[in-house]
Amino acid sequence: MADKELLLEFKDVNTYYGDLHVLKNVNYTIGKGEIVCLLGGNASGKSTTMKTIMGVVRPQTGSVTFDGKVIGNMPTSERVKLGIAPVLEARRLFPRMTVFENLEIGAYTQPRGPQFDQDLERVYSLFPRVKERRTQLAGTLSGGEQQMVAIGRALMARPRLICMDEPSMGLSPRFVETVFDTIQEINRQGCSIFMVEQNANMALSIAHRAYVLQTGVVVLSGTAAELRENDMIKQAYLGEMQVEGAAA
Amino acid sequence: MTAFDLFLQQAINGLSLGAMYSLLALGFTLVYGIMELINFSHFNVFMVGCMIAMVTLKLFGLNGQDTILTGLPLIGVMLVGFFVTMTLCGGIGVFIERLLLRPLRAVKGPAPMITTIGVSYVLFNIILLTIGGDSKNFPNPLPPIAFNIGGAVLRLREILIWIIAVLLMGGLTYFVQYTKLGKAIRATAQDQEAARMMGIEVDRVIMSAFFIGSALAGASGMIFGLYYNLAKVDIGFGAGLRAFTAAVLGGIGNVPGAMLGGVLIGLIESSSGQFLGSAWSDVVIFSILVLVLVLKPAGLLGRLAPNKS
Ligand SMILES: Nc1ncnc2c1ncn2[C@@H]1O[C@H](COP(=O)(O)OP(=O)(O)O)[C@@H](O)[C@H]1O
Ligand SMILES: [Mg+2]
Repeated sequence: MADKELLLEFKDVNTYYGDLHVLKNVNYTIGKGEIVCLLGGNASGKSTTMKTIMGVVRPQTGSVTFDGKVIGNMPTSERVKLGIAPVLEARRLFPRMTVFENLEIGAYTQPRGPQFDQDLERVYSLFPRVKERRTQLAGTLSGGEQQMVAIGRALMARPRLICMDEPSMGLSPRFVETVFDTIQEINRQGCSIFMVEQNANMALSIAHRAYVLQTGVVVLSGTAAELRENDMIKQAYLGEMQVEGAAA
Repeated sequence: MTAFDLFLQQAINGLSLGAMYSLLALGFTLVYGIMELINFSHFNVFMVGCMIAMVTLKLFGLNGQDTILTGLPLIGVMLVGFFVTMTLCGGIGVFIERLLLRPLRAVKGPAPMITTIGVSYVLFNIILLTIGGDSKNFPNPLPPIAFNIGGAVLRLREILIWIIAVLLMGGLTYFVQYTKLGKAIRATAQDQEAARMMGIEVDRVIMSAFFIGSALAGASGMIFGLYYNLAKVDIGFGAGLRAFTAAVLGGIGNVPGAMLGGVLIGLIESSSGQFLGSAWSDVVIFSILVLVLVLKPAGLLGRLAPNKS
């Protein structure tokens, strides 16, 4: 990590919901150009991490910095303007708005103009399917199509960091591959990715580094290659994944 | 009068009442759609709107129905009257939201709703203490032009009310459908947390909804005055409950639903008044409210409540 310029940093972050202590002295760093994956069991605080980055949950103590700026108390809209965009858990499109309107809302913090058209073209070329469906209500799309729109919507904000919360959840294997390919493509175009995933196998195959969160504590971190060889990971995530995949 | 004439006349009356209820119902539905709050202060923002319109028209030197205006002066006075009333009522709505409801945003349970009931009483008492509780003669400068359609009578005031209602509702529809803020309002109503994470300033969206809803309530209050030639401190309750019923009937949270519901309630009120006696219209209207709540709580066009997250 020392060789990469720092984009996002959590320093000793503690997050609560009322009395429930969710993130406990958590530290993360995301470098410019990196794909970093966050693994962890249910209710370990992965989504809370994403919400803390977006600012819909505020850390009680500790600092969150983005590109050198302290953002821990900044309103969400300001963070989006700085270049952080989310792909939310379960996609969360606006179901009674068209695909195009969803993309427009993604560009909410951006001026309308040639830049918007350019971003739109980029999304359409990444996902020709999204272009086909642009006048359809988002709620009528299949899960895979919705995920494409959700990623496209994040791209419309011209992000430097995209925070993805379980982008492969509930998708057919074919779509899962498309999604991971796209994530790599977006990353190649210069955008950093912080990604929560249950699909540890796939996630570690495209990530540069990863963290493992357990009940709010980072218990393991390292390069993706290191983690793939780690026995605990093999047991808890890579093995378990097959079981989960079969059950789902 | 033939039965058809009676029917036509009640349709004319009902559409005028309906225009008033639709505009008022829109405020309930906008606020509910975004924050699942039944805003009871809306009842008396309507009443205050009627009072503001009355005072504004009096400032033009209009008194009762003595002064008749035509042509440009009439259009000018009407435009200024609606503009002032709507702007001030919108301001009252923003004030209520910003100072009284925003601090309660994180509070769960009925506290915000109860606050709106309190605000409603405060507005009521402010008018009671300043303007008084008796029935006031609302200035109406419209020339007494009327058209006979068969046995039914269509007065200029009805035409004016319809034009204004159509313009306002058309404008609102355009705004919600095509402008950036309008789209932000829809997005926030569908998924508030997701909207926030797209960079939408949700507080600003809520404030806009209060401004727009309250401004429309003001327009509705002025229409009430022009239609009945009266202003009174207690008009908010009856009209507000009818408009609320209209919003529920159309599907609360649903903008076209509020317009449709308002027109239907207006038509039901006028025809039940005609065919059953006006004492019955309340019974009919509130039976509808109960029936809708029991049988089709989502309303005719479907409730567009915020997604739970
Ligand atoms: N809005 C909330 N209010 C209260 N508790 C919450 C809220 N969101 C999540 N939690 C709790 O915080 C813990 C971590 O949740 P989350 O970050 O969603 O976990 P993960 O995404 O890793 O499954 C869980 O115990 C969950 O029940
Ligand atoms: Mg989660």
